[in-house]
Amino acid sequence: MVAETSAQKTKPSIGDYLRNNIREYGLLVALVVIMVFFQVVTNGVLFRPVNITNLILQNSFIVIMALGMLLIIVAGHIDLSVGSIVAFTGGLSAIMLVKWGIHYSIVVPVCLILGGLAGAAQGYWVAYQKIPAFIVTLAGMLVFRGLTYVILQNRPIGPFPKDFQSLSTGFVPDFLSFLNPMPGTVTNFFSLVVVVALVALAIYYGLRDRRENDKHGTENEPFAFFAGQMGIIAVVAIFLGYQLSTYKGFPNVLIVMGLLIALYTFITTRSTIGRRVYAMGGNEKAAKLSGINTERLTFYTFVNMGVLAALAGMIIAARLNSATPKAGVGFELDVIAACFIGGASASGGVGKITGAVIGALIMGVMNNGMSIMGLGIDYQQLVKGLVLLAAVFFDVYNKNKG
Amino acid sequence: MDNIILEMRGITKTFPGVKALDNVNLKVREGEIHALVGENGAGKSTLMKVLSGVYPAGSYDGEIHYDNQIRNFSTISDSEHIGIIIIHQELALVPLLSIAENIFLGNEIATNGVINWKQTFSRTQELLNKVGLRESPSARITDIGIGKQQLVEIAKALSKKVRLLILDEPTASLNETDSDALLKLLVEFRKQGMTSIIISHKLNEIKKVADKITIIRDGGTVETLDCHNEDISEDRIIKGMVGRDMEDRYPPRNPKIGETLLEVKNWNVFHQHHRDRQFLHDVNFTVRAGEVVGIAGLMGAGRTETAMSVFGKSWGHKITGDVFMHGKPVDVSTIPRAIAVGLAYVTEDRKHLGLVLNNNIMHNTTLANLDGVASTGVIDERKEREVATGYRTKLRIRSHSIYQEAVNLSGGNQQKVVLSKWLFTSPEVLILDEPTRGIDVGAKYEIYTIINQLAAEGKGILMISSEMPELLGTCDRIYVMNEGRIVAELSRDEASQESIMRAIMRSGEKH
Repeated sequence: MVAETSAQKTKPSIGDYLRNNIREYGLLVALVVIMVFFQVVTNGVLFRPVNITNLILQNSFIVIMALGMLLIIVAGHIDLSVGSIVAFTGGLSAIMLVKWGIHYSIVVPVCLILGGLAGAAQGYWVAYQKIPAFIVTLAGMLVFRGLTYVILQNRPIGPFPKDFQSLSTGFVPDFLSFLNPMPGTVTNFFSLVVVVALVALAIYYGLRDRRENDKHGTENEPFAFFAGQMGIIAVVAIFLGYQLSTYKGFPNVLIVMGLLIALYTFITTRSTIGRRVYAMGGNEKAAKLSGINTERLTFYTFVNMGVLAALAGMIIAARLNSATPKAGVGFELDVIAACFIGGASASGGVGKITGAVIGALIMGVMNNGMSIMGLGIDYQQLVKGLVLLAAVFFDVYNKNKG
Repeated sequence: MDNIILEMRGITKTFPGVKALDNVNLKVREGEIHALVGENGAGKSTLMKVLSGVYPAGSYDGEIHYDNQIRNFSTISDSEHIGIIIIHQELALVPLLSIAENIFLGNEIATNGVINWKQTFSRTQELLNKVGLRESPSARITDIGIGKQQLVEIAKALSKKVRLLILDEPTASLNETDSDALLKLLVEFRKQGMTSIIISHKLNEIKKVADKITIIRDGGTVETLDCHNEDISEDRIIKGMVGRDMEDRYPPRNPKIGETLLEVKNWNVFHQHHRDRQFLHDVNFTVRAGEVVGIAGLMGAGRTETAMSVFGKSWGHKITGDVFMHGKPVDVSTIPRAIAVGLAYVTEDRKHLGLVLNNNIMHNTTLANLDGVASTGVIDERKEREVATGYRTKLRIRSHSIYQEAVNLSGGNQQKVVLSKWLFTSPEVLILDEPTRGIDVGAKYEIYTIINQLAAEGKGILMISSEMPELLGTCDRIYVMNEGRIVAELSRDEASQESIMRAIMRSGEKH
């Protein structure tokens, strides 16, 4: 009966559309509102070029880990060990770079592999021995934190070679400085060009998708929403890009982060692996009976998480210019919170990369904004906790209402 | 006996965009068994939810008269308070608690929060005697069978001083013996003056016990039949349910049977959980091209277990035996391998094992053969859309698009999505486990037609069903299973309800 009545429904009204997709627009609007709010209360400090750069450097690793965590959560699991793996791989990289003097072009891939192995060591118990991920990764959290203290012998190691540091603190050089029309204000013309080009590409592909959908009779979002959404994104992106271009341009980590976001968006929306993860999270038994090797898939989502945590670990170590046994404490909670704020479901099967990224940015902007305002870490935690609860309540409320 | 205990007048219930009930009237006399029938989605369960207060007064139009008073229930406990108790299809028992704890859950015999266990157990024992359940009050729910669980639910209802008992599909998951016991119990209660409303798809059972039958179609009352005044045939009821004559409930079959496709030999399987218990013993069967082969048997005979153990060893333990396709031995030790040799298994439990409910039709359709719409791991969206649209048209899946989530489809359409998924793996042999369970009469006919088409295309069909008329109406050959063994093989001419039952009973004597 439900099917038949909805079949009679013709084009949904704008109100219906807004109601059905309130989560996605709501998230974007929330981010913009939070940005504007802190821009005002910090008297414009938030969007100063230096601070935007700081924001990126401070939050890149959360975003990067949120990509892997989203897959884990969609698969129906959780990973509490990422903070400890961050410290562990940071420590390993410090030992190899500083103590043993190995070149970073070897250290980076080796650390990524070791991170993958750490993920594999946990994924094995979850996937093949069917031990709940909460327990396995809680154990992992303790084990890898302990190992970090052991290998670092309780002391921080640093400083790092300059070239390794640039992984985190370096900037993309201005390849197009010779074309710069206003060298007085814009100090990195390349970054501005890239931002404008990306915005143009996004609009082009967005329009192309709409045409494709029209051709195949797929429902499109109302044009007003498409235009509004694109408008907001374009304005914000170009504004941020311009601000960055008046400082040092793109930080290297921004490029790494951007490429990874694009890659994981592709994996989750277009690849068979992504589709299988969603199916497994939605109904593991049905996925298994459909010939999907659910054990192997679960195993690899943990390996993937380990690799991303290792990358984050090196970025953090490079940024602090020292590996400490206390690095990454509590990061797992920020990463998990980012996914849930971004609309992932704790029961699996639901969640989007874009959501997790926006969730991480919301947390990042709040952290940064509150720091500028001079609020202590105590109040920051309190506010973040309430925002997480509010976001998930919003989800549940919408679901029950609809 | 002529006392009207319940009258529902002009009940209209609207959900956003859907009129689920439209001016429904229902009159139930005290001390009768009143059956409520209708296709899935006709509104039976909604009506009962209105009656029991799940949908509170004010959320619907119309009046409920009970004991000659207008009643407005705002919660379930309001209706339970005056003796209206509903037992839902999905039983509401806590598996790890005992029978006694379940019966008095939320209604504990206690003083100041301290439970009086002695009284609880003796009261439970009394109730169990009344429903004829021989189990200790301290037995855990998980350790007793589904038939007994149903009796516990009824005992729970009795503990609440029930006057009007509503049973939603009480026998849907019971075997014949348990169903009969349950129906007898209802008749027993009728003698004691209790009134019951029973919702069921099993028309033969309704005919056995009901005094009145109210038929609901598309959210409205069609008619109420009095079983004592006229002789009511099943076809007569079906006519009321679907609004037309159902001349033939099964499409005609002209089998063209070819070579042997699947052959399973000496199949021995141990129980999945009780690992030292052998569950299947020397099972042998064959399926030929173009043939529809049935497996009949009671619940627990080992039919589903046979199918699942052959399909990639997805059930059981210590599996031995040989599987042949086209006469050649094949490896079916994992599900991907079983799919690769041309097997498909359409589960009896489509919600839990067949569909990813929060995924759309398209994603469910391609799930078992994602590589068929992808190259080097990247999904070709256009191809996927074409595949899903193709099956949606071919199997006549009623939905507003291929992007509708499976959870919002009716049972029949969900089953068609599961079928689409398996057809897209291009199987040679399809194992259909209870393919029409929980599907309304009209959609059943469509499923039978699809089965015929597939057989006509040269596929082999192995069909497991608990509904004997369905097997007799669709199969070319029927195996009968009992207690983990194949006890008879009957040709289309030999097979009848009697011959199947006889085979089961005889084998039962032997062991």
